[in-house]
Amino acid sequence: MYDVPLSHVLFVSTALFFIGMYGLFTRRNMITMLMALELLLNSVNINFIAFNKYLYPGKLDGVFFTIFIITIAAAEAAVAIAIIINLYRSHKSIDIESAAELKF
Amino acid sequence: MWVDVLLLMKQELMLVAMIFFILFLKLGRERSNESYISIVNVLLLINLVAGFIGSKQGMLFNEMFRTNELMVLEKNILSLAMLIISMQSSVWLKTHKHVPEFYVLLLSTMLGMFFMISAGNLLMFYLGLELSTIPLAAAANFDLVKRQSSEAALKLIFSSAFSSSLLLFGISMIYGTTGSLTFSQIPPLLTNDPLQIFAFILLLAGFAFKISVAPFHMWTADVYEGAPVAVTSFLSVVSKGAVLFVFISVLYTVFKPLAAAWYNMLFILSLLTIITGNLFAIRQNNFKRFLAFSSIAQVGFILVGISGSSQFGTASVVYFVLIYVFSNLAAFGVIALVSGLTGKENITDYKGFYKTNPLLSWILTIALFSLAGVPPTAGFFGKFFLLFAGAGKGNFLFITIAALNMIISFYYYLRVVRAIFMDENPKPIETLRIPLLPRIALYTCTVGVLTVGFIRFIYNYIHALSTGL
Repeated sequence: MYDVPLSHVLFVSTALFFIGMYGLFTRRNMITMLMALELLLNSVNINFIAFNKYLYPGKLDGVFFTIFIITIAAAEAAVAIAIIINLYRSHKSIDIESAAELKF
Repeated sequence: MWVDVLLLMKQELMLVAMIFFILFLKLGRERSNESYISIVNVLLLINLVAGFIGSKQGMLFNEMFRTNELMVLEKNILSLAMLIISMQSSVWLKTHKHVPEFYVLLLSTMLGMFFMISAGNLLMFYLGLELSTIPLAAAANFDLVKRQSSEAALKLIFSSAFSSSLLLFGISMIYGTTGSLTFSQIPPLLTNDPLQIFAFILLLAGFAFKISVAPFHMWTADVYEGAPVAVTSFLSVVSKGAVLFVFISVLYTVFKPLAAAWYNMLFILSLLTIITGNLFAIRQNNFKRFLAFSSIAQVGFILVGISGSSQFGTASVVYFVLIYVFSNLAAFGVIALVSGLTGKENITDYKGFYKTNPLLSWILTIALFSLAGVPPTAGFFGKFFLLFAGAGKGNFLFITIAALNMIISFYYYLRVVRAIFMDENPKPIETLRIPLLPRIALYTCTVGVLTVGFIRFIYNYIHALSTGL
């Protein structure tokens, strides 16, 4: 019925998840880290949609979950950007290394 | 139908009403900070009292929302903690420009926690969790001009977003293998499948981030140090307590079939948490940072109780959180007062504190004794029950190591007590006048610390409401 099997979609979503994680740990720019976070959340979205379409086509749980994740990701990004703007006012930089006063 | 909704969701509806009321107050005429603070405190008191009236059991919205007497009690404990925090923070808030916003943020966080505690569906649980972390990050940034406050907020939002994406990945795997998101439908479909174990590990990592269990505890100390004291005490008591309550209910109901797998994980995590918390607490000088590591160690002890997975386990955890509310908030109350009036937050500043402020010194000492678990205080009974619940599984080596770690914790708690009572200081903190609201809060906490351990009714009531694995 489908040309693309489920395992391929899951491979893409898992790869995206770990790319996002890699980006979050290696990038030093706060905005880029935020983009990596969006990658993490979007890989989960792909997972939900794929499971819903391939395994449980009669129900809509996964699709609804995805819609909620998109909404909340937007809220999270809004708050994070507000915090970054406020941090930029005091630190004059959005490099994550500049926000390293609190240690050990 | 509507009466049912009103009665079952009463605590959530009250919080929503309060949030909108505060927003409309802000829209109206200009008010002084004092009037805002007194209005909100009265509202919180009404909320707490009304929470105890008429608790019922039931489900709403196709099992999205469920409630029972234990959940109502848990929410009441959180409301109590919120009231105490609000009274303690009045000193700091009086000088702040945005008082109503602060309360709106903290109350929305509370609303998220209440929905999370009552969730009967993974979607509802996730929404509650996010509602309880996103406003908290904004609240951590509430000292807008302080560099450390922005840094704390940044660390909080990034680590909580990362942890919730781990949690979501776990939820998506659970959905893929079981096809359901409802708590009551998942357990029969869980069959120690490797993918399900993987999903469980991801979920556990998400939870561990929120309650700062050892390998995931890095953000805790930084956020606690940088955030304003009111937000720190909220983070360490209310937010942690709420996630712990949810953690128990998710472990004991949803992941019941995987009990053999998660017992070993909890065993390792709790020992690691206690040891890390203790070892790092020894070398701290900032008081908030010190309490951050002490709270990490406390969470380790709570995990010992959770691993017992019996009715006794649940009861001992809820009981310990109640005690923890009193003892931790008593300590934070003194710190909030000192830092609000003098700006001093280091342990070395507290040298000779007894000479100038005997009352505050005694309150702080009793609180620290309770956190350490010295017998006449409530903390001893709490820890004793936790260890006893953990011993129910028969793994005595585990319990012995945990108990031995209490001795290390005596060392660093008593180090602070020594600084307060014995060390000489040419320039001690001057004598502080305690305003009315913080005074009430401090007395409540102290009375709680001294009496909760001896009133048998409280423990029996919690025990009667709890259920085990």
